[in-house]
Amino acid sequence: MFDDRYTLAYKLYPYEKSADQDLDAPVRHPVVVVGGGPVGVATALDLGQQGIPVLVLDDHEGVGMGSRAICFSKRCLEVADRYGCGTPMVEKGVTWNLGKVFHRDHKVFEFNLLPEDGHKYPAFINLQQPYFESFMIERLRALQAEGAPIQLRGKNRVDAIEVKDDHVVLTVMTPDGPYTVEADWLVASDGASSPLRDKLGLGFTGKVFRDSFLIADIRMKGDVDFPTERWFWFEPSHGEGASMLLHRQPDNVWRVDFQIGWDVDRKEELKEENIRRRLDAFLQGVEYDMVWSSIYTFQCKRMERFRHGRVFFAGDAAHQVSPFGARGANSGMQDVDNLGWKLGLVIQGKAPEALLDSYSDERVHGADENILNSTRSTDFITPKSEISKIFRDAVLALSDTHDFARPFVNSGRLSVPCYYDGLPLNGADDLPGGPARARPGAPCPDVPLGDGFLIDRLGARKGATFQILAIDAEVPERVSAQGLDLEVVKVSAADAPLVGERYLGAASSAVYLIRPDQHVAARWEAWDEQAVAQALGRAIGLDMGKEL
Amino acid sequence: MGHLNTSRNVARADDVYQMLIDAHEGKTKDESDAFNARLILTLMNHIGDEAVIAEALAVAEG
Ligand SMILES: Cc1cc2nc3c(=O)[nH]c(=O)nc-3n(C[C@H](O)[C@H](O)[C@H](O)COP(=O)(O)OP(=O)(O)OC[C@H]3O[C@@H](n4cnc5c(N)ncnc54)[C@H](O)[C@@H]3O)c2cc1C
Repeated sequence: MFDDRYTLAYKLYPYEKSADQDLDAPVRHPVVVVGGGPVGVATALDLGQQGIPVLVLDDHEGVGMGSRAICFSKRCLEVADRYGCGTPMVEKGVTWNLGKVFHRDHKVFEFNLLPEDGHKYPAFINLQQPYFESFMIERLRALQAEGAPIQLRGKNRVDAIEVKDDHVVLTVMTPDGPYTVEADWLVASDGASSPLRDKLGLGFTGKVFRDSFLIADIRMKGDVDFPTERWFWFEPSHGEGASMLLHRQPDNVWRVDFQIGWDVDRKEELKEENIRRRLDAFLQGVEYDMVWSSIYTFQCKRMERFRHGRVFFAGDAAHQVSPFGARGANSGMQDVDNLGWKLGLVIQGKAPEALLDSYSDERVHGADENILNSTRSTDFITPKSEISKIFRDAVLALSDTHDFARPFVNSGRLSVPCYYDGLPLNGADDLPGGPARARPGAPCPDVPLGDGFLIDRLGARKGATFQILAIDAEVPERVSAQGLDLEVVKVSAADAPLVGERYLGAASSAVYLIRPDQHVAARWEAWDEQAVAQALGRAIGLDMGKEL
Repeated sequence: MGHLNTSRNVARADDVYQMLIDAHEGKTKDESDAFNARLILTLMNHIGDEAVIAEALAVAEG
């Protein structure tokens, strides 16, 4: 009655009977998270660090086998950093910046992802998803040991949901039978095929792509000198498939991804001898062990809204993209980053409930950007019509000899942070000459500061605190507004030269209002108490739903 | 943002037209299609301006 749907890599939260199960009346929790994938666990870290009680229910007892995600972006790592687990990820991960694109046998061009210095985190690391998830669960255990109110229950499968005006009722199945749990707020992070989305009858619309991809994660034996780069082939003449991707992971493991078409016999293709036939054609004599293989197809879809009263959808449950661009887990982490502080403030009575609608506004915007980019990449990699194939091939042919054509080559536009441009929480942009990259809605650009980085000092690590970042500007030592205490961070461009370039631009001083998720809420040239209070009010949703 | 020049702009129209036709001489249909695509991309890059390209697309739409 309780079979696993997938094999575990690590059994990290074995089933234990909880006290809730023996009580007659259901226990009410402030927040219940359904799904203990990367997004669900990150939600627990965010809320747990704020001291908000959170219960995570997952239908398995640990982290799934098989890597799925391997590329984690700078922004994702910055979010993980705030949750206290960014460093081990980078230490274990393989850092890479260089990508090469080939057409048939020859290199068309190469690109460098982060030609800029002065960031704590690299543009991308490659790390097997089970490691990524395990580091977060280790951190969760550490927080629990410090007394953070987090619970994680394995083999707790949500089988039914009932949404009331001011709470949600869940029926949870366990090896000891079912029990009922109530939640003031529910976060549904139950993955792409989200049972909760279905049970609530909510739509998930977009495109399904008629193609399939065979992934093989292999461990090379002996000395192999494939460099730590992303290699992408269009129409490789070695190996087989319409496109192919080679990418390094930790532990001497490499991911090879073959595009094999729609009408394939999956069972047949997944036989080791058939996978080896494809690999051998390309690896020619190199010896390797098979670590994991899988065939995947994908879709680019999203829900219309990510908030439905007391229920929030996050991660793959809310939106799904093709893997080209590594936008799945990376955007899921940004969902959590966005939702955590808002939910924290509302639960503590410090912000109006309307603030929670901005989660949907901002993350739908993020999802649309990801869907647009990943759809375009997919269309380039798998042209839909004869004419689009003609143009695609023309781009590749020209790129070989002409630099101007290379920007058209699209083998995946890799995940970049989301700017919440033009959305309701953004306040004043009153910094004449201020750099566009730090405009309201932008995630704070990193710069080296002293022995560390600015990013170490920005954003909330405990409560959902807003901050004033004062750069060569006079500001009060203590700032309170709208019932919130703000933290003041003072920096001088004299100590940190890149602060000038990334935060001041042509201005000589600046005051930034920073949200708990490290996004810029508003900015000015000098301190103005009233303006700050107004922008803070806007950023915590006091203007939401009003005519603007 | 510029505008698409839709007034007469090619001095020796017959000669330029002939250059285009000659370029396709001896090509199969597939080769000609590929050639045209490369040509469009090259000209598009020369124009650069998104608004002008959009206007040109509208003209081609007829
Ligand atoms: C081949 C491939 C490559 C990818 N590469 C990348 C990449 O390089 N970078 C990147 O960022 N992303 C990548 N992704 C996407 C990434 O894997 C997903 O976006 C990510 O796992 C989503 O996390 P999640 O927590 O939302 O959902 P999931 O990881 O799917 O977790 C959902 C959890 O909910 C549980 N659950 C489901 N139903 C219930 C229920 N009724 N009750 C309790 N629990 C339930 C599940 O068991 C699971 O643990 C890739 C995906 C694939 C397939």
